Amino acid sequence: MTGEAPLSAFWLEFRRNRVALAALGVVATVLLVALLAPLIAPQDPYDLSRLRLTDARRPPGFIGSGGYVHWLGTDAQGRDLLSAILYGLRISIQMGLIAGAIAFTIGATLGAFAAFRGGWVEALIMRVVDLQLSFPAILLALVLAALLGQGKWQLIAALVAAQYAYFARTAHGAASAERAKDYVEAALSTPLPTPRVVMRHILPNCLPPLIVVATVQVANSIALEATLSFLGLGLPVSEPSLGMLIANGFQFMLSGRYWISIYPGLALIILIVAINLVGDQIRDQLNPRLRR
Amino acid sequence: MPGYALQRLAQAIIVMMVISVMVFAGVHAVGNPIDVLISPDATQAIREQAIRAYGLDQPLWRQYLDFLGRLARGDFGRSFLYNMPVLDLIASRLPATLELTLAAVIGATALGVPLGIYAGYRPSSILSRAIMAASILGFSVPTFWIGLVLIFVFAVNLGWLPAGGRGATVSVLGVEWSFLTLDGLRHLLLPALNLSLFKFAMMVRLARAGTRELMLTDTIKFARAAGESEWTILSRHVLRLIAIPIVTVFGLEFGSTLAFAVVTETIFSWPGVGKLIIDSISSLDRPVMVAYLMLVALLFIVINLLVDLAYAALDPRLRAQHA
Repeated sequence: MTGEAPLSAFWLEFRRNRVALAALGVVATVLLVALLAPLIAPQDPYDLSRLRLTDARRPPGFIGSGGYVHWLGTDAQGRDLLSAILYGLRISIQMGLIAGAIAFTIGATLGAFAAFRGGWVEALIMRVVDLQLSFPAILLALVLAALLGQGKWQLIAALVAAQYAYFARTAHGAASAERAKDYVEAALSTPLPTPRVVMRHILPNCLPPLIVVATVQVANSIALEATLSFLGLGLPVSEPSLGMLIANGFQFMLSGRYWISIYPGLALIILIVAINLVGDQIRDQLNPRLRR
Repeated sequence: MPGYALQRLAQAIIVMMVISVMVFAGVHAVGNPIDVLISPDATQAIREQAIRAYGLDQPLWRQYLDFLGRLARGDFGRSFLYNMPVLDLIASRLPATLELTLAAVIGATALGVPLGIYAGYRPSSILSRAIMAASILGFSVPTFWIGLVLIFVFAVNLGWLPAGGRGATVSVLGVEWSFLTLDGLRHLLLPALNLSLFKFAMMVRLARAGTRELMLTDTIKFARAAGESEWTILSRHVLRLIAIPIVTVFGLEFGSTLAFAVVTETIFSWPGVGKLIIDSISSLDRPVMVAYLMLVALLFIVINLLVDLAYAALDPRLRAQHA
C-alpha cells in the first residue's frame, strides 16, 4: 500500500478480486433497488384498493387484472410478489443497518472503554461479553423478542443485544493493542481529556477490524430478523420484511405454490451472500498475516 | 488449581442466579397469562380462583422466592397449557430433540470431515472448490429457508419423504425413539439434514484449514519419505492430528445445535423441546418458558465451566497463574 492514498490503494486491490467486485455490484444494485422501490415497483403492494382477490396465488408470468405481468406471481392477497419483495428488501435492509449501527456504537464504545479503564471494570465488562458470546445469538434474540413483545424497536433491541458483544470483543482487542503504543502514551501526557484521546486517536485506529465485523454483522442481523419474523416473533404485520413474506408463503408450499416463499428467500440469500463475499475480501485485505 | 476451580464454580453460580432473576422478571413482563388461560367471559369468581391457584396474586418477589424454593426441590411448576409438571413435559419432548440434534451433528461430522480433508489435500481441484462454495452457502443461507426448500423438493414435488412430524416410534426403556423404525427414519432425514448444514459447513472449514497446515509440516514429509501411501498418511496421521480441534468444536457446537433446533423443529413440526418453547412463548405458558430458559442457561454455563477447567488443566501458563 502506498502511504499517500490508502483508500485508493485499497480499492485497487479490491478490484482485482472479480468475485468480490461482482458481489459489491450486487450489494449496490440491491441497495439502489430497495431505495427506489416506490418508483420502480410495478404496484404499491400495500395499497389495498389495488388488490384483487381474483389475482391471488397466481403463478409467475400471470397477467393480472391490473393489465401487467406478475413476473414472480402473486401472493395470497393478490399482491404482485416482485413489488412485495422490493418493499420487503427495504424493511429488511433498514433493520439490518439500524441494528448494526447501534450494536457497532454500543459495542465499540464498551470495548474501547474496557480496554482503557482496565482493572475490575474491564474484567467485569469482558466477562459479560464472553459469556454472551458463548450463547447462540439466535437463542438470545429469540428470548428477547419474546420478552419485549412485538414491534420494530423491540426487535431492534433484541438484535442489538444479540450482536453488540462481537463489536465489544473486537474493539477491546484492538484498543488493548493500541493502548500500549507510544503515540497513545504521548497523547495521554498532554492535558487532553481521556475520552477525547479515546475517541479521536484510539478508535480511528481500531476501525479496520471493526469494519470487517460490521459487514458480517449487518448480514447476520438481516438473516436473524428474517428468522425471527418467520417464527412469528419479529416485525408486526404492518412491516412486512422478507422473513414475513416467506412465512406467509409457507402454508401454500404444501399445495405446490412454491413462488410465494421461494422468491423472497432467493432475494434474501442473494443479499446475504453478496454482503458476506464483500466482507470476506475486506477481511483478507486487512489481515496482515496474508500480506507478503 | 482447586482454588481456580472453586472460583470459577462460584462465578458460574452467581451467573446462574443473575440469569434466573432476569428470566423470571422478563417472562413476567411479557403479558398477563390469565387472559390466555380463561375465556374472557368467565365470571369474576372463576377468574380470581384461577389467579390464586396459579399463585399470580402474590407480589413478584414473593413469586420469585417461591419459584427458587421449588427449583431447589426440583419442581419447576405446572404448565398452564398442558396441566402437567413442566419437568415431565420437557423430559417427554427431550428425546425427540436429542435424536434430531445428534443425527445432525454426527451426520455433519461424518460427511464434513472427509470432504474437508480432501479440500485441504487438493486445494485447487474443481471438487475442492465446489466443496468450499457449498460451505459458504451453508454459512450464509438462513436455516429456515433451506428447510422450506427441502420440504418443497422432497416432500411436495418428489413425494419421497414426509413433510413433518416424527413418524412411528419404538419405546426403549420407556422413551420413544424414531430412529429405530423405518418410518421414523424417513421422518428424521429432512429435519436432520436441515439442521446439519451449518455444522457441515463448519466441519469442512475446520478440517480443510487443519489439513492444509499439516500437509506442509515435517511430520508429513517424513511419512512420505518413509514410503507410506498417501491414503495411509491422510487416514493415519492427518485425521488423528486434526481430530483434537474437531472434537472440541463438536462438543461446543452441540449446545448451539440444540438452540438452532428451535427453527428446524418449527418448520418440520418436530415435537421436540424447540417447538415446545415456541408454542409456549406464543401462548404465554410462563412455567415452561422459565424452565426451558433456565435449563438452556444451565447447559451453557456447565459447558463453559468444563471448557475453562479443561483449558486450565491443559495450559501450563494458566495453571501457574492460579497456583
